[in-house]
Amino acid sequence: MAMVYSEKVKDHFINPRNVGEIENADGVGEVGNASCGDIMKVYLQIEDGVIADVKFKTFGCASAIATSSMATELIKGRAVEEALTLTNKAVAEALDGLPPVKMHCSVLAEEAVKTAIKDYYDRAGIAYDPALFADLERGGHAHDHGDLVEE
Amino acid sequence: MRAYLDNAATTRLSDAAREAMLPYFDGIYGNPSSLHDEGQRAGAALQNARERIAAAIHADPGEIYFTSGGTESNNMAICSAANCSAARRPAPAPERRKRHIISSAIEHHAVLHPLEALQKEGFEITLLPVEPETGLVKPADLEAALREDTALVTIMTANNEVGTIQPIAALGELCRARGVVFHSDAVQAVGHIPVDVRAMNVDMLSLSAHKFHGPKGVGALYCRRGAPLCPLLLGGAQERSRRAGTENIPGIMGMAAALEESAAELAEVSLRLTGFRDEMIDQFLRLPRTHLNGDRLQRLPGNASLCFEGLEGEALLLLLDAKGIAASSGSACTSGSLEPSHVLLALGRPHEVAHGSLRLSLSRYTTREEIDLALEAVPQTVEYLRSISPVWDRLRRG
Ligand SMILES: Cc1ncc(COP(=O)(O)O)c(C=O)c1O
Ligand code: FES
Repeated sequence: MAMVYSEKVKDHFINPRNVGEIENADGVGEVGNASCGDIMKVYLQIEDGVIADVKFKTFGCASAIATSSMATELIKGRAVEEALTLTNKAVAEALDGLPPVKMHCSVLAEEAVKTAIKDYYDRAGIAYDPALFADLERGGHAHDHGDLVEE
Repeated sequence: MRAYLDNAATTRLSDAAREAMLPYFDGIYGNPSSLHDEGQRAGAALQNARERIAAAIHADPGEIYFTSGGTESNNMAICSAANCSAARRPAPAPERRKRHIISSAIEHHAVLHPLEALQKEGFEITLLPVEPETGLVKPADLEAALREDTALVTIMTANNEVGTIQPIAALGELCRARGVVFHSDAVQAVGHIPVDVRAMNVDMLSLSAHKFHGPKGVGALYCRRGAPLCPLLLGGAQERSRRAGTENIPGIMGMAAALEESAAELAEVSLRLTGFRDEMIDQFLRLPRTHLNGDRLQRLPGNASLCFEGLEGEALLLLLDAKGIAASSGSACTSGSLEPSHVLLALGRPHEVAHGSLRLSLSRYTTREEIDLALEAVPQTVEYLRSISPVWDRLRRG
């Protein structure tokens, strides 16, 4: 396996933050990864437009688990609108980079968070611009791999 | 403490092999092709190693060709069978050229990729399916696939991922009856199970030293006298002009010592490892939704390969690594190509099940303590990864 994970990836993989489920969550998002068949599920608890709590469960590689962990850390305590600006690149950067062949796993985290927020909007009857979630409608992006530039 | 349970990937060098190599780096360093005393002493050592390696697999010394390892031996056997048939004198009429090769769906890439290259050159390749779960090739399938224009059949003796041992003698008998060249990649078998080229009815057989406690980068191809062998590497007249290049004498001496040692200890080691192996398999199969890959009985003594549903193998592998265990997985996420192992798919494992594969492979250096660590850490880690898996939640609910 010609790849090396950063210390941060290893840390978030071995001690993932925010693992679990939230009962009666305000928003739930589950996405699957077309590249290798992995799945991530995110639970949100929203209070006054702020992500008061977030939990995840992931079926996937070390990189998928670490990006799930980091993505939940990055959005916890943030306003929902702010969380929507989360990108897979930001998650990867916060982890000090991912091997190129593993960049697609970070897309899973971004999409799961967005799907959960969309679910929250839908359930709470909050109006939104569908363009915000256009990537999800297309079934996600960046499912090519290997040729992605290393961070 | 670390438990190295990835001996199918490579093994540690044995003390005897290292000792056997040392004199040939700076003491007896002559070129065996040279006529002077230094050269002749190296040449004598080479001949001695050839005899010992031949004896270990019941071949004649003149049927052993030293190579750089299993990959080269496989390439040499396959290209030779493909090209020698085309290069025969007098050249066969185009319609009589043999352009068909039979292999199996679970071969190592060092067989499958040369076959793919030949396919691009116009060869027709038949990959025999294997029995679901066990990975066994059925002789009846081979019989049905053999044709007038079949140039070569190549079936591995033992599989590197799932440990299945094929009925090589029966397959070889079918080939011999039809006059078809039969090669077997025995890289995982030599030094681990009895290998007798005569009893196995093979014309060619590949072996690699680093899989039986010899050094890396050295191997051999057995080629039965009379079977056609064309060189892959052209140059000097080494290896009776079948494999050019100054011989890797230290490596070859290490290989001979390692093979003799493995052969001498084979019966005792195999019994002990089979015990360890079955203990692990039985223990892990107690976990729900867990499957053994490969045949239960026709199996390498040191191979335990399982699929755990609801989790992913790279995560399992790296968590085990953090707990001190070196293992391997055929998961898509470990492959670099994001495709799960072709072997697991050929055994009928769906993608998502192949995802959760783990291979533990033992050697004669494997200790009770290493097995105990695995017996404790594997179920623990499987349960942990399932506890954080949304897929497992669904599977558990049915
Ligand atoms: C079945 C099989 N064939 C061929 C090879 C290649 O051997 P080598 O590493 O010596 O080139 C291996 C080992 O990786 C193997 O397990
Ligand atoms: S989830 Fe499969 S490569 Fe990361």
